[in-house]
Amino acid sequence: MSAAAELWLLMLACGGATYLWRGLGVLLSGRLNPKSAVFEWVSCVAYALVAGLIARIIVAPSGLMAQTALTDRLLTCVVAFIAYRLSRRNMFVGLLSGVLFFVAATHVRSVFL
Amino acid sequence: MTSGQALRAGAREALGVPAAVLGAGFLGYGSLAGDAGYSIWLTLSATLAIWALPGQLVLMEMHAREAAFLATVFAVSLSAARFLPMTLTLMPMMRGGSRVRGLWQFLFAAQMVSMTTWAVAMRRFEEMDVGARWNYFLGFSAICIGSSMLFAVIGQLLIGALPPLARYGLALLTPLYFFVTLVGEARTRTAITALVCGAAVALVLHVYAPAWSLFGAGFIGGTIAWAWQGSHVRRG
Repeated sequence: MSAAAELWLLMLACGGATYLWRGLGVLLSGRLNPKSAVFEWVSCVAYALVAGLIARIIVAPSGLMAQTALTDRLLTCVVAFIAYRLSRRNMFVGLLSGVLFFVAATHVRSVFL
Repeated sequence: MTSGQALRAGAREALGVPAAVLGAGFLGYGSLAGDAGYSIWLTLSATLAIWALPGQLVLMEMHAREAAFLATVFAVSLSAARFLPMTLTLMPMMRGGSRVRGLWQFLFAAQMVSMTTWAVAMRRFEEMDVGARWNYFLGFSAICIGSSMLFAVIGQLLIGALPPLARYGLALLTPLYFFVTLVGEARTRTAITALVCGAAVALVLHVYAPAWSLFGAGFIGGTIAWAWQGSHVRRG
């Protein structure tokens, strides 16, 4: 199988694996208590998984991001979060500040270091 | 409210902050997809078929690192397990009113559920007539999905056209979006524990078993956070 066909197959399998939970939710509604301990566990697991994903992308990225400096990526997270808090939780201010800082830091690094 | 009015009300409310915030996340996703060599059709199909940005990112990340097929499907599935309690609570609220809807219609609506649509619907349904909820949800979701697909395409076209420096900024957009969301919303002890443990387990496992690092982060990090919360609840 070609690499492209395999990626399409993988994508469809991931779609099915995601839909599994959606469909089960419809079929089981009214029969399961959404406040049960199992669902607290599920939400903890999903939360920890996404935290792990983002940690890995920021600390050890692949592709384009691998060409940038770890220090810049970490500082960008701090800058974006501070801007987000200072702007009373405005996501756009946070993201824009972070991205501008990141571009500036990467540029300065390429010119002077 | 007629069904047409409810549909438009949902669409109108989505066409603001919800569509823009999702747009920012998917703009970055499109740019990462372009960098990873996805075709536009694959990007759009993945958005429609998975319709969960964390899962889509897990898939892209693990495929880029040549993780095994099943390991990737397991990790994506684990990241999507939160949809079960979400549809479980949402679908019963959309039942009722003058129209009786079949099971297949609910199975279809379940595909449109996302963190954003669920959170808004749960809040707005309380003050809404039961009959209006279904169309409101469809209108709101359609705009969210449409805007996400549009911005993903824009991101994918931009990544090839922009100068290198701007490309770096675009590629960092989605990880940054999740970082700010996760850290910004982590206000309980359980959430902070899940965040810290998930990140730590992922980074440690990344060195030893990269294909299983995300699955392990969710399973181990999540269980530690959950168990710790449980021990606090029991002690009162």
